[in-house]
Amino acid sequence: MADEVVFEYLHMEMISYLYRTAEKIEQDHCISKLESLGFRVGQSLSERFTKDSSRFKDELDTMKFICKDFWNSVYKKQVDNLRTNHQGVYVLQDNKFRFLTQISSGKQYMDAAPKYLAFPCGMIRGALSNLGINCVVTAEVSAMPACKFQIQIQRL
Amino acid sequence: MAVCVAVIAKENYPLYIKTIPTDNELKFQYTVHTSLDVVEEKISSVGKNTNDLRELYLGLLYPTEDYKVYGYVTNTKVKFVIVVESSNTSLRDNEIRGMFRKLHNGYVDMLCNPFYTPGENITSRLFDNTVLSMMQQD
Repeated sequence: MADEVVFEYLHMEMISYLYRTAEKIEQDHCISKLESLGFRVGQSLSERFTKDSSRFKDELDTMKFICKDFWNSVYKKQVDNLRTNHQGVYVLQDNKFRFLTQISSGKQYMDAAPKYLAFPCGMIRGALSNLGINCVVTAEVSAMPACKFQIQIQRL
Repeated sequence: MAVCVAVIAKENYPLYIKTIPTDNELKFQYTVHTSLDVVEEKISSVGKNTNDLRELYLGLLYPTEDYKVYGYVTNTKVKFVIVVESSNTSLRDNEIRGMFRKLHNGYVDMLCNPFYTPGENITSRLFDNTVLSMMQQD
């Protein structure tokens, strides 16, 4: 149980450290910095988590892996809902997203949400890119702690 | 045991290649390069037959007069190729499988090192030692 909390603290501290050390004008870069940090972490994690799983059939199979195994290993729960339009857009809905559970629910702290979701977005993008899927990941919060991740596949 | 171990990136350029003895390195580079076509063929054929075993280990890619070439592809499309001497009959499929598993574990540990940039040549000493231990168990 305790190790999960440590991860949450580390994530919070990472954000506050980045924002504390950044100059006023540089603060816009913090989001992309967090995103690229997540990208690198996602790359490593996907390599480790897929070590013992069999080869993925297709894109949907990979997405299911993200929703089940990946989510379970990182956030100790599965994604609550996965939807797709079968044209390269996937929506992952998590009704109780880990990094938002410590923020009071409702709409009061909406402005703070982007910085807490940049790292997870990067992590998804990194994992998928290592598995051979190039995509853009955006997050959307309508009410804390529920959160939607939209994955848009980039086809060449 | 193995005479050549190679790690190939997903874009098919070599990340790491180790041969014993070292004077024949170019020949092994060719051997490994040739094997990539067989690897490609094996992966693409998997998609069509859904009842196929979707294993990471690809088995024997092709035998030559002196060597046997084995392949393994991770889910992230990184290829491992191991070349063993044909005369070495003590090596069974299971041993080869074990070697690949060890190699994969070593690779994952190496990738999780924050000082390594994915896609770069592998210079990790720890990984080097893992490979060497697979080559010198006689």
